[in-house]
Amino acid sequence: MKVPFSWLKDYVDIDITAQELTDKLFSCGFEVEELIYVGAEIDRCVVGRIESLEKHPDADKLKICRLNCGEYGSDIQIVTGADNVRAGDVVPVALDGSSLHGGVKIRKGKLRGVESNGMLCSGEELGINDDWYEGADVYGILQLPKDTPLGTDIKKVVGLDDYIFDISVTANRPDCQSVYGIAREVAAILHKQLEPLDLTYEASTFSTCERVNVTVEAPDLCPRYIAHYVRDLKVEKSPQWMRRRLALCGLRSISNVVDITNFILLELGQPMHAFDLSKIERNAVCVRRAHENEKIITLDEKEFTLTPENLVICDGVKPVALAGVMGGLNSGITENTCELLFESAKFERANIRRTSRKLGQKSDSSSRFEKGVDAYTTGIAINRALHLITELHCGLIARDRFDIGETKTEPKVIVTTAQQINALLGIEVPEKEIRDILGRLNFNVKAVRGKLEVTVPAYREDVDGYPDLAEEVIREYGYDHIQGTFMESATVTNGGLNAEQRAEEEVKKLLTAQGCSEIITYSFISPKDYEFIRMADELEKAIKIKNPIGEDMSVMRTTLIPSMLNTLVRNVRRGNESARLYELASVYLAELPLIDQPEERKTLCVGVYGEGEDFYTAKGLFECLAAQAGIRFTYEVAEKPFLHPGKSANILLDGEVVGYLGEFAPDLAAELSLETSLYLGELDYAKVAQTLAGRKKYVALPKFAEVKRDLALVTAESTTCAEVEKVIRESCKYLTDAHLFDVYRGAQVGEGKKSMAFSVTFTPKEKAISPEDADGYVKRILKALHEKVGAELR
Amino acid sequence: MKEQIESIRREIEETLAARTDMTSKDLYALKMEYLGKTGKISALSKGMRDVAPEERPAVGKLVGEVRQWAEERFAALEEEIGKRELSAKIASEKIDVTMPAKFRETGSVHPVTLVRRELIDIFSGMGFDVFEGPEIEKDYYNFQALNIPADHPARDMQDTFFITDEFLLRSQTSSGQIRVMENKKPPIKVLSPGRVYRSDSDATHSPMFHQMEGLVVDKGITLNDLKGMLDEFARRMFTSETKVRLRPSYFPFTEPSVEVDLSCSACGGKGCRICKGTGWIEVLGAGVVNRRVLENCAIDPDEYTGFAFGMGLERIAMIKYGIGDIRLLFEGDVRFLKQFKD
Repeated sequence: MKVPFSWLKDYVDIDITAQELTDKLFSCGFEVEELIYVGAEIDRCVVGRIESLEKHPDADKLKICRLNCGEYGSDIQIVTGADNVRAGDVVPVALDGSSLHGGVKIRKGKLRGVESNGMLCSGEELGINDDWYEGADVYGILQLPKDTPLGTDIKKVVGLDDYIFDISVTANRPDCQSVYGIAREVAAILHKQLEPLDLTYEASTFSTCERVNVTVEAPDLCPRYIAHYVRDLKVEKSPQWMRRRLALCGLRSISNVVDITNFILLELGQPMHAFDLSKIERNAVCVRRAHENEKIITLDEKEFTLTPENLVICDGVKPVALAGVMGGLNSGITENTCELLFESAKFERANIRRTSRKLGQKSDSSSRFEKGVDAYTTGIAINRALHLITELHCGLIARDRFDIGETKTEPKVIVTTAQQINALLGIEVPEKEIRDILGRLNFNVKAVRGKLEVTVPAYREDVDGYPDLAEEVIREYGYDHIQGTFMESATVTNGGLNAEQRAEEEVKKLLTAQGCSEIITYSFISPKDYEFIRMADELEKAIKIKNPIGEDMSVMRTTLIPSMLNTLVRNVRRGNESARLYELASVYLAELPLIDQPEERKTLCVGVYGEGEDFYTAKGLFECLAAQAGIRFTYEVAEKPFLHPGKSANILLDGEVVGYLGEFAPDLAAELSLETSLYLGELDYAKVAQTLAGRKKYVALPKFAEVKRDLALVTAESTTCAEVEKVIRESCKYLTDAHLFDVYRGAQVGEGKKSMAFSVTFTPKEKAISPEDADGYVKRILKALHEKVGAELR
Repeated sequence: MKEQIESIRREIEETLAARTDMTSKDLYALKMEYLGKTGKISALSKGMRDVAPEERPAVGKLVGEVRQWAEERFAALEEEIGKRELSAKIASEKIDVTMPAKFRETGSVHPVTLVRRELIDIFSGMGFDVFEGPEIEKDYYNFQALNIPADHPARDMQDTFFITDEFLLRSQTSSGQIRVMENKKPPIKVLSPGRVYRSDSDATHSPMFHQMEGLVVDKGITLNDLKGMLDEFARRMFTSETKVRLRPSYFPFTEPSVEVDLSCSACGGKGCRICKGTGWIEVLGAGVVNRRVLENCAIDPDEYTGFAFGMGLERIAMIKYGIGDIRLLFEGDVRFLKQFKD
């Protein structure tokens, strides 16, 4: 929201600087995102009078001027090439060392041998046109009034000595989306009077109602609609003061009639529209929902096909405007327009927002309506527009109007007390102060039997309860009065993480101790990620984002692998020699189409590479987790489309697959030109979370000594460690541990065979285990091994 | 017998004199040769049988003397050789202690996790629980129940990713407020940390980032309490000198709403590059819980009041650790990660 300082000063007597006002607005909730000095580019450019002028001796087109620039020098010689200067002219003079529009720097020098101490300037060189200053568009040097004091900074003369506040207005304050709205706040902040707007106009004797019939068929989408007839229109250029205001706010002047509507939008925040009445068929205007497939071509020549969701303004035959968004091409004001119908309306903001979004059509008007326009302002805006018609003498105004809808709304009254407001704030603002502050903000406060009856200004639709009043009070009173207390009235509660949340922290600590670094990656990945790991079928099951930033961030991941893979590859490519990484994050699983709340399953992903890393070091990360949780994973040979077929395993817990790991498939690695092997794995964290979070219990130490035996077992090469281990474990109830400690291949065991050495531990329960008992257990184990996996003692 | 004793003594002396380079093993063998069960001195004792009874006391004495002498002699030598051998062993074991150590370097914890832990630590001391709500959230929890109806202009404050008309990627952890209040009656003190999503991507904005929402609902909770709690938070999270500044703002689910600035800990509030010369850094949004939000969760706003606050964890991590570009946090470069030891 751009607000020129000079314009604000029309309504409030501001006696502080722009910077000071910026600070005050900031502390009252209006952040000035940028304070722009309009003439920032122009420096050392002053008013001078050409005292004499003579031809350059060596150049036909150049003239040597002697200038009086007041305090800057009464006899400054400047050579100019301009044709439109005579002795006695008062002109802008860029002195030696000055800067002009576009960053142009002026230095003294010689032109064809004659000294020149600066430059005479055109409007263009000052960055201005006719809208800023009458005559600035003239080709040649800008002519100033003869009585302009010499030596005056040119910025003061042509209106560049001004500031623009670019204010960020919060969504609850649509009433401040205008210069006058901000002026109200400024007046309250500075304890000053707000200049009332002149809303008077000269009415003629003819009637709007006799010329046209206006109806509103969709009052739910159009709570107030005002139409006023103006005729004998003189469409011409707007006066300079109006054009300048528009230019300061970045709008181009078009014609007086169009400019009036834009001026009202800036001044009051009410979008207005003007219809060329001669183009309105059957003398009827109707506000209604569009028919299905009804078409309209807007002013910018775009065609839209509408639905009953869209509100249109129609004449007796066809839509003539997309309500609140843009007028139709068929009813716009042109230089030939001689009668018009002014529209000032309140359209329901949600509907305008939907229409604008659905059709992809935006305008200053729609942006403004989306934020919310109040019915009160709709009423004053029409009068202000008619006042401007009168002031500009550009038309005759009908004596009556259509005003349909919320014409007389009951003012909102909030009954509260100073105590109630203070109870919310937690401090003691004196009641008088509360009344003064609310009064300054145009709330009408009456004290009735110990209570405050507060009437809300009509334009403050955001205020509907005492907390809103508390906010008004504290932002004016000052947040620095809030000194801080510590929940003295609150119940004492015991906080902290629950068991599962604590377990998660433990897992992270565990992995840190194992040398892993935690990564956090985006929850959305690319469809290409699935294709690359040859899991395109998985992609179909994944949740898609309707409006992603790009395709590469459009799918809610069902696996953490692609993100881990990308991170590992990035590290390899950046020359990092090794990495051990993990991510503990959710994957998103759902039945599509999405109807029920999807499952967000916590998943642990690990990825390692570098010297010393292999399949077993990656496996070690899962094993240390199992050890922490007091559970035992088993592993079986697995096949994953993106893993090495000979180096991938499923991780099982109680016979159920809960994860997998393996070496990244060599052919895919080659596609990425990777020379190092990557090892990755993924675990359904939720499956182990419960055990991790569970309360640990002490198990009594064995009363009798454990007995250990080593068994060297010869098996076929294809027999796995896990198969052998499983048989050993199942064969004896006293067995508490069995682990492989060596593998031997060679002549002694024969071709196609290997010897696996296991250490087994028997833990006694009720009574000690004698050597003979142990021999018996071993015998039983060997028998089972022979029968089930064909293993023999070496 | 006497001569025999003398000759053994001489023999020992001569052998020891001749063999100065004996190892402790050699010495032991030698010792056994004389003092062992079948050794020469032991043989003397056995030979006492052949000595005339009258001479036995005198000879016995001599044998005893030579045994004692030999034992002492060997003991002294044992000690000497032992010392020599030990120092030789130690000398031979000398290593270059400046060679590299062997250890597994511990990993690191993501800076966002560090900030999250620190915040949870600070607030759990004040009695806050932790609740993690879903990231794929219903429009109702992310917007409607927070007093942001469909097509409300406040929806423009957050560029939201949608899955369907009903489901979206939560744009704020404030959704957790509603889920907590639906299931728990006051007193409530809860933190809701987690991933949030907005369609925004540059050096300071990421389409996915982390927020932590805090909510207190109890009897007599005021804006002043919010300030007091934030003061405590700021001092513990940054420095004991850190100041908190509130200024008016707008969030549909709080009234009054405030933007919370902290005095810049880099320059102490004097103004620097980090705080863009203002001396203040915008860190979080907060406010008194809007009555409508309490009503939406069937909590009587005349009986209970509360405050809520929400902050971006990446932003705090960036301020705290001086990280200039948010994208570094999600790239997973080990050189970056390893700087954040637990």
